[in-house]
Amino acid sequence: MSLETFLIMRHELLLTAALLVVLVAELFSHPDKKGPIITLSVVCFGIITALGFIPSPEGELFGGMYVASGSRLMMKNILNIGVLLVILQSVDWLRRGENSDKTSEYFILLVSTLIGMNFMISSGHFLMFYIGLELATIPIAALAAFDKYRNNSAEAGIKLILISALSSGILLYGLSMIYGTTGTFYFNEIAAVFSDSNLQILGFIFFFTGMAFKISIVPFHLWTADVYEGAPINITAYLSVISKGAAIFIFIIVLFTVFPVIVGTWQKAIYLLSILTMTIGNLFAIRQQNLKRFLAFSSISQAGYILLGFVGGNQLGMASVIYYVLVYIFSNLGAFGVVLAVSNASGKENIDDYNGLYHTNPKLSLIMMLALFSLAGIPPVAGYFGKFFLFTAAAEKGFFTLVIIAVLNTIISLYYYLLIVKAMFLLKSETPVEKFRSTLYTRFALGLCVAGIIVTGFASTLFEFIRNLSFGV
Amino acid sequence: MITGVPVQYFLILATLMFFAGIYGFLTRRNLITMLMAVELILNSVNINFMAFNRYLYPHKMEGMFFSLFVIAVAASEAAVAIAIIINIYRRFATINVEDVNEMKY
Repeated sequence: MSLETFLIMRHELLLTAALLVVLVAELFSHPDKKGPIITLSVVCFGIITALGFIPSPEGELFGGMYVASGSRLMMKNILNIGVLLVILQSVDWLRRGENSDKTSEYFILLVSTLIGMNFMISSGHFLMFYIGLELATIPIAALAAFDKYRNNSAEAGIKLILISALSSGILLYGLSMIYGTTGTFYFNEIAAVFSDSNLQILGFIFFFTGMAFKISIVPFHLWTADVYEGAPINITAYLSVISKGAAIFIFIIVLFTVFPVIVGTWQKAIYLLSILTMTIGNLFAIRQQNLKRFLAFSSISQAGYILLGFVGGNQLGMASVIYYVLVYIFSNLGAFGVVLAVSNASGKENIDDYNGLYHTNPKLSLIMMLALFSLAGIPPVAGYFGKFFLFTAAAEKGFFTLVIIAVLNTIISLYYYLLIVKAMFLLKSETPVEKFRSTLYTRFALGLCVAGIIVTGFASTLFEFIRNLSFGV
Repeated sequence: MITGVPVQYFLILATLMFFAGIYGFLTRRNLITMLMAVELILNSVNINFMAFNRYLYPHKMEGMFFSLFVIAVAASEAAVAIAIIINIYRRFATINVEDVNEMKY
């Protein structure tokens, strides 16, 4: 075994290198001037994102604990793109006075969570999975509590850390039962000896519950809105897109590779939870006034649609889940980017404050409209194709009732997304958000989001490419 | 081999600890106590791992190693949680969860 084999884990190595570079650069930087650190981090991360797309050999490391395959590399690249967008969007926020002394901490925490997610996605063994999961959640709690002098931020941080610790505990308890009945932690070895004995099903239920907390599926979603509202906006964007996306990716990998034997059991559970998640997420989103809370509930209902791809357990399902998360990254980060820009310029976060935004900031309103249309799934934009593939995947296995309920939910969601569009374009306000010009970083990030929303929808080769990488039960 | 103590006893102990932890998490109102409840859950998991390993799969050490990692991760989790709790105390002058509820539906 030569050192070259370690290039299989190129994503993680590059991210670790970037983390160390930022850490060392912090030592030599002037305490009052954080501009160079920001530029360095953005450039570093841009290079990493680009390097991630170089084709890499498939293989295993550490005796099969670390697995690299085409689909997992694709997932990592998708997450890289999302994190790059989040970093670009948060530059303005980092330049504000109260954050200027902790710029590098922000990048280091952000990158270490991404390393955790990458290890989690590449795991072939539950130990690697668990360490990756914890590395991905613990720094996020520190990030959620990043605004030291705001009460809401501290509250969000404590809620996130306690809930994630509790859910990890529940998940581990299930894992211990699975270990007791199979005697191994390797994904493929568990799959080989897994039957449907009662203890194994019980262990699986605990495991499922733990993961459901992480993805905020409905009976386990109550922490989501509070954490999303309290955390700084760019962290909310990160939580709702990147960390949710990573949890969805690993959940589908584990369900498809470790538990294919009991596919009938988890199909029923996901069927019911999907309906609950979509409906309750939508109904609560209607009555929100704070945009962050609104987007929190919208992201809960989006997770409900994504579960439709799980139900079938087929190759198309997995491909549509990966594709939808890609589309969702662009659309949700577009929406969050506008919210962040408006909040940075004026400090306003409520839906009422957006009345008449079109008259003062037409470009931002158009981007917001495009992002919301994509989230709702209106035809020409990417969100429509994403939903279409998810629904097709469920319908292919004959879950027509589920698809009909999902379509009805899409109509409900259209109502509340259009409420915001109406506020921006039709309603008038005596104190609208002042006209402002955002910085180069924000404009670049929003431009990338818009390009992503439009291009991913029309580039059919992209979906074909993802589909060839995916696998079914 | 510990003679005379069947594996079920360990599992019953772990189950009792697990549900005591869940109960404590749901009923206690002090943040530090809630953190202790979570530690109880993680320790019950450790007992499970070690009992299964020792009794059922004594030729491999996977369960033991897993519990070592769980202990280490639980420590780092507690470190971050306590840091946030200290910040909460500075902001709210209390660590009772009933008083840390500025955001509501």
